[in-house]
Amino acid sequence: MSEVLPSFPKCYKEKSWPSLFCPGCGHPIVLKMLGQVIDELAIAHKSLLALDIGCSLLAWDLFDVDTIQTHHGRTVPLAAGFKLAKPNGIIIAYMGDGGAYAIGLQSLLTSAHRDDKITVIVVNNTLYAMTGGQYAPTTLCDERTTTTPEGRNCQTAGIPFPGPETLSAMTTKNAYLARGSVLQPLVLKSYLKKALQHQIENRGFSFVEALSFCPLNWKTDAAGSIKFLEKMQNYFKVGEIKCPKISKS
Amino acid sequence: MFGTKFEFMMGGEIAAYAAKAAGAKIMFGYPITPTTEILETWAKFAGEKSQLKFVQTEDETSAGFGVIGAILAGVKAFTTSAGPGHVLLQDPISMAEAMRLPFVVIIGQRGGPSTGQVIYSQQEVNLACFGGNGEGLRQVYAPSNLQELYDLTILAFQNAWRYRFPTIVLADGYLLKAKGKVNLKKSRVNYPTISVLGDEKKIVNLANTFNMEEDLNAVLEKNIHEYKEKSKEIVSFETHNLRNAKELIIAFGSVASACQQALEMLKKAGKNYALFRPITLRPLASKTLNNLLPRFKKIIFIESSAGQLEKLVKGAIDVKIETENIRKPAMAIMAQEIYERLK
Repeated sequence: MSEVLPSFPKCYKEKSWPSLFCPGCGHPIVLKMLGQVIDELAIAHKSLLALDIGCSLLAWDLFDVDTIQTHHGRTVPLAAGFKLAKPNGIIIAYMGDGGAYAIGLQSLLTSAHRDDKITVIVVNNTLYAMTGGQYAPTTLCDERTTTTPEGRNCQTAGIPFPGPETLSAMTTKNAYLARGSVLQPLVLKSYLKKALQHQIENRGFSFVEALSFCPLNWKTDAAGSIKFLEKMQNYFKVGEIKCPKISKS
Repeated sequence: MFGTKFEFMMGGEIAAYAAKAAGAKIMFGYPITPTTEILETWAKFAGEKSQLKFVQTEDETSAGFGVIGAILAGVKAFTTSAGPGHVLLQDPISMAEAMRLPFVVIIGQRGGPSTGQVIYSQQEVNLACFGGNGEGLRQVYAPSNLQELYDLTILAFQNAWRYRFPTIVLADGYLLKAKGKVNLKKSRVNYPTISVLGDEKKIVNLANTFNMEEDLNAVLEKNIHEYKEKSKEIVSFETHNLRNAKELIIAFGSVASACQQALEMLKKAGKNYALFRPITLRPLASKTLNNLLPRFKKIIFIESSAGQLEKLVKGAIDVKIETENIRKPAMAIMAQEIYERLK
């Protein structure tokens, strides 16, 4: 396994692990990749990990990196405010799809539009996980959640929300936008690294959506979770949506 | 006054100058009447070559959380709003209250509820003092004239950073839109800023969510105790004509200015009234009021709301006393009409 996944990040706060995430949750995979990137870029001491409300907040003591828990959907404006006050700090806003694409969408769009030099990571598992699996803007067509008990009707509820594609239309050519998946953690890691490098070099807004597991609310076993995530990947295309060309120096 | 330089300015401009004098570096805000002049004045301060920064956000919620982000980095920041925007700001103000962050906001009260009118009111007392999902551990300053708007805005920044409770300058539409004389004194005390996060030498994991009831209760008990203790230092008020009167008027802000004027008119007509004007609505000078009240036969509450100040004061005193009131929700109260009622 060590050949596939790198070892535990050095920036992990060891005493806080194992984490409080549910068994089979995708967050620890995203966070492990993020930790590896923080190590490789040697930015632990100058980073702030700002966490949205929802499952994301459970990451608050998992790293030897400054962290703060905000209110639901309010992580992006807080991150933008911090960056303005401390331009040499590296600010990572970490949130779920509900926080980013529902209650916090207005702030996410504005921050991206303004080209704030921050990095936003959105973990997309198609529902509100911590509150018990309610419908989110990302819920797939016909997917059953506790508030769409008959399945999401895409005729009346619209299409699952395409986050980075939406941001693509309104960001400048300086923005970095990508979607990865916990099914391909090393590819996801490469996106996270590019996003943070983007911020370190002060190039522009950077954003990575990570498609992720929620077996508890999906009510899936291991094989079922992978199958569900593959189904998500059929709709939410993995890849770099906007990647400015960098002239190598 | 000889040797003192006065300026002729609008309230909104004065508030922005005060924030600058207090050492504020960043303003986040969303335009709403009657506070737009604060934004516009600050935007002029924050030019390309300036050290000061301005962000016009997408809404008041975002402005408030921007302020919190900047404060966490150790930079003095503030916002301003009114009415419906003040409602939205209760979200970040509650976070500042929970995390003991020196959040500063200048509020221009306007008529409500809802969009109401954009002119004037004293209907945001409840919201400013107890608007969040908590215990109202805030400092609320209520200026009653332009000079005080300047002085109290500076004090608000100082005491926000000193005591670390969110601080509201509760002005109103008349004060912010009025033009008048002001002495733009330099701030004598500039309370130092401290960065909560972003210090490269130490790691801070800041929790805002508690797993156990007991854990949150312990934090709250500590904060409530500290608020009570510090209240003795924060509390501020002004009195007039206490000695000769048997009836005490209680009013704040612009209405208190009218009361002061009415007091003089009444005196000339041979009627003596006293005036108690709370400068801090939170914390309120309850101890002073309890000591003062036995001397009086009656309290007369005068306010531009249906009793928000009266309720606040009655909740803070334990003296039984007859009360009367003049209430005009969302309308100005002039000295002449106070005089007519009380003569």
